[in-house]
Amino acid sequence: MSAAAAVSAAPSTFRHGVHPPERKGATDALPIERMPFVGEYVLPLSQHTGAPSKPVVRVGQRVRRGQLIGEPVGFISTALHAPVTGRVAAVEPRLHPNGKTLPAIVIETDPYDSQRLPAFAPLDPSSLPAAEMVERVQLAGLVGLGGAAFPSHVKLQVPEGRRVQLVVINGCECEPYLTCDHRIMVERPDAVVRGTAIIRDRVGAERAIIGVEENKPDAIAALRAASADIEVVPLRVKYPQGAEKMLVDAIFHREIPEGGLPLDLEILVNNVGTTAALADLFDRGVPLIERVVTVTGPAVARPRNLLVPLGTPLSAAIEHCGGLTREIRQVVLGGPMMGMAQKSLDVPIIKGSSGILCLDRATSVPFREFPCIRCGRCVEACPIFLNPTRLAQLVRAERLDDLEAHHLLGCFECAACSYACPSRIPLVQWMRLGKALLRRRKEAG
Amino acid sequence: MTARTPDLVLSSAPFSRETATTPRIMLEVVAAALVVLGVACWTFGIGALLIVGAATAGAVVTEWLFSRSAVPSPLGDYSALLTGLLLGLTLPPEIPLWIAFLGGVSGIGLGKLIWGGLGQNLFNPALVGRAFLQAAFPTAITTWSNPVGPESFFRVPPGLFAAPLLRADIDAVSAATPLGLAKFEQQLTGYGDLIVGHTAGSLGETSAVVLLLCGLWLGLRRLFDWRLPVATCLAVAVCAGALHLLQPDVHPPPAFALLSGGALFAAVFMVTDPVTTPTTTRGAWIFGFGVGFLVVIIRQFGGLPEGVMYAILFMNALTPHINRFTQPRSFGA
Repeated sequence: MSAAAAVSAAPSTFRHGVHPPERKGATDALPIERMPFVGEYVLPLSQHTGAPSKPVVRVGQRVRRGQLIGEPVGFISTALHAPVTGRVAAVEPRLHPNGKTLPAIVIETDPYDSQRLPAFAPLDPSSLPAAEMVERVQLAGLVGLGGAAFPSHVKLQVPEGRRVQLVVINGCECEPYLTCDHRIMVERPDAVVRGTAIIRDRVGAERAIIGVEENKPDAIAALRAASADIEVVPLRVKYPQGAEKMLVDAIFHREIPEGGLPLDLEILVNNVGTTAALADLFDRGVPLIERVVTVTGPAVARPRNLLVPLGTPLSAAIEHCGGLTREIRQVVLGGPMMGMAQKSLDVPIIKGSSGILCLDRATSVPFREFPCIRCGRCVEACPIFLNPTRLAQLVRAERLDDLEAHHLLGCFECAACSYACPSRIPLVQWMRLGKALLRRRKEAG
Repeated sequence: MTARTPDLVLSSAPFSRETATTPRIMLEVVAAALVVLGVACWTFGIGALLIVGAATAGAVVTEWLFSRSAVPSPLGDYSALLTGLLLGLTLPPEIPLWIAFLGGVSGIGLGKLIWGGLGQNLFNPALVGRAFLQAAFPTAITTWSNPVGPESFFRVPPGLFAAPLLRADIDAVSAATPLGLAKFEQQLTGYGDLIVGHTAGSLGETSAVVLLLCGLWLGLRRLFDWRLPVATCLAVAVCAGALHLLQPDVHPPPAFALLSGGALFAAVFMVTDPVTTPTTTRGAWIFGFGVGFLVVIIRQFGGLPEGVMYAILFMNALTPHINRFTQPRSFGA
């Protein structure tokens, strides 16, 4: 496509989608606060998409804050660093936010250390050869901080024969309740803009655009004030605009092919938090050892935006926010649309954790299911134009060929269908089951 | 960590849901139907309440008897209540109560339960009930009476209490509906009467203005796909208009076609039934246009003055096919 393609003046959006209540008011004006260090950090070796990191430390070994403790295994994998100075207390299976018990490095904090990072001379990424720059990003453990945690260096390595003309930075934060990206844009617009320029120059793109939903006017203003040659595009508020397919559709009115990537349209999409973290890597030499998390919801005493070291237990972050109220019913890691409910508060905050959502009885009602009345609300919600209720029927009947013909594999599980369904049918769970059935069939050959 | 770990509930995303639920949607449509029932009582007297009550009782009792295990309370998800109300509103003002009750039983029994319950039926249950009565009691269901004045509001037509299966002692001054007058006597009822509803006809169909307001309200609340009623009305107007242009003295003008008979009632309450109409956007347009076209064809060229019921039932039968051929293109395909 032509990089000069017009971006329409009026805020635009993608087609279909839903409008869940935003509920960002509790934290969207609260500055990011650094959380004090706690006694123990748990760092699962798998915090990203791809192969888990391999531990390079022994139990009992002393580690410095920012030191490499896990190295990447292969290209689609990334590094892991100590979030604090202390001692490796264990390398053992621990409860992971995904519900499984998986290998993790446990670090006991040294209570007498200053936790100061070593001095670092800013590095100009454009002075580095491309391969070395990509390797540095991988060794810094940088992954997408929006939720999917896809290793960032993979995107910076444009495959042979392909090119990127447009860099799109994702500042939608379309999940209700969450405000961490919002605060990063308001408080650190220079880092976002600088990171954007680094990515743009690295992949040789002609243009870079930051898409922000218009419910964050202060973020739009801050980014505009900070950037000279990067466009900031306001978008109409709608879920799931932060999905890269939807974001590209919203800005350019172009559809990423089914099963394809933004790269197929010569576009690269990156989240704002990730982009700021990339700038920090080159300006301050900081690997990914901390992230901003929104601790919010009606069942936490004082909602906040916290800058927490990776590996902080949920219980400590919640405690720092005044603890849970009596009405607590569910704790969700992530947003209310795509997050995961947690059984234990011992699980750690990992690279992909954008929020800790504490729901009470009123906001977390048990959902009684009714029969489908074929109202078509799920069809009008689905951002990729599937017919979720029909797909759910086909999954129940295990009609696998029909599932493929109805494009089930295009579903990225945004849950807009389940949100919209007045009969409260768990449509997105049926989609997941159907995808699992198709995967199993493929593996069985 | 000092606080005890609370008992946390595990469930799957999303943790936020649209506030509209199926029972709530049903209740809001029930509320609109009750407004129409109020107008029916004002037009035809208290007997309207008894007839609609009998049809509703038939529907709700049948649902409760046969699906107790699935439905926690007699009114359940309110869908049977709605079916009964809508069926009752399509009946004439002097129909015996036992026939109305039987209509409710057959509407839910034959129209819904034998298909597998809510969401599984092919045909609109209220109209299945009415079609059953049309076949079984052709006279009773086409015997009309004129609106009564306020002085006889509490006078209940004695025919209502006819004993089951005995020939009713019909004392009604039989009247003709605006469509009957137009078809058989080439006589057009005035628009004023059509709009206010001061005409003979089924209980709920007479007042155009009330039906329009109900439709507007339900549509603005997004309780149905607005394309369905809009397409239906457009098609009635266009088809009737075309015939009227060809033969103005034989075919009534489009405004008359829209305001008389059951066209508006059906557009607001029948073609908007989500279960028996297409789920796709293009399908909704096709369905609505099909209904409107058939209504005009049956009215002008068929043996009966009214054709709304058969038009909708016919299009209901086509709905699965319409759905199949109007599936949306998937994103990026």
